[in-house]
Amino acid sequence: MIKHLFCSGLAMLGMVSAVAGAAETPASLMARYAATAGVPVSALSATRGAALYRTEHSGRNAQAVSCASCHTDNPKQAGRTRVGKRIEPLAPSANPERFTDAAKVEKWFRRNCTDVLQRECSAQEKGDFVAWLSQIK
Amino acid sequence: MNYLLRGIGVLATVGTISLLAFSLPSGEARGDGGGDVLPRLTHKNWQQECASCHIAYAPSMLPKASWRRMMGGLDKHFGENASLDPATQADILKFLEANAADAAPSKMGRRVMQGMGAKDAPLRITETRWFVRKHDEVPRATWSRKSVGSAANCAACHRQAEQGVFDEDAVRIPK
Repeated sequence: MIKHLFCSGLAMLGMVSAVAGAAETPASLMARYAATAGVPVSALSATRGAALYRTEHSGRNAQAVSCASCHTDNPKQAGRTRVGKRIEPLAPSANPERFTDAAKVEKWFRRNCTDVLQRECSAQEKGDFVAWLSQIK
Repeated sequence: MNYLLRGIGVLATVGTISLLAFSLPSGEARGDGGGDVLPRLTHKNWQQECASCHIAYAPSMLPKASWRRMMGGLDKHFGENASLDPATQADILKFLEANAADAAPSKMGRRVMQGMGAKDAPLRITETRWFVRKHDEVPRATWSRKSVGSAANCAACHRQAEQGVFDEDAVRIPK
């Protein structure tokens, strides 16, 4: 009983920290996305992540749009929003704050996948994306 | 290309409205001096969320009805998905309403509300009569310069816009 309470307490803590967006790492996010997708972490692909970043899609007004449109071809560089505000680099090697806050990561995947792909990204795609960015030196 | 088309769109809108504004009788003398410094507002979610893509535009630049429309359509925010979780969205709207142009009396609010119809709820600050009149001396081509991007980029010329400083004397239009 005590053990059971202890375990559910730990699980609760884990959920609370996830909701509050407490410290994550690219690796812990990859583990989480892989688990959600039902694949081992080793099945995440940096190559697919890079393709997701660069592939152009027909966005609104039929204009070609990709992640690189705002984040630039090089994710170690700062990008610019459509109204000209600086976007800090996406690659953790250039910006250690990236992929440390699960709520923030989820918010931007939700918004930007909808804008670029006209749909939300799957857990596998998000895992691939983090896998690619986090191995950039 | 995206920027270019968007720039042309903004330019055309601002240009048309500027022309209209010129032909309207203006009750206020132009160049009414500097001193446009907005009171510093602090609100965590407003600053954090609204300022991720653009400056956190002052709530006093639009009436309450505009902010309600704005916050009710964040999933299609000027062509981008800027959706928030419901709690954050409600929190920001409450703040915007409390400090809107037609809420607490403010110098900026009074200016913005001049000529605003009771049912008007514009989404673009750049389309209010106040904004158009204030910027009528800016040549069309200036808005579309790469260094400016669009009229939504206050900080391109009002370098301290983030701090609420819109003083005319401090304006530096980039090349």
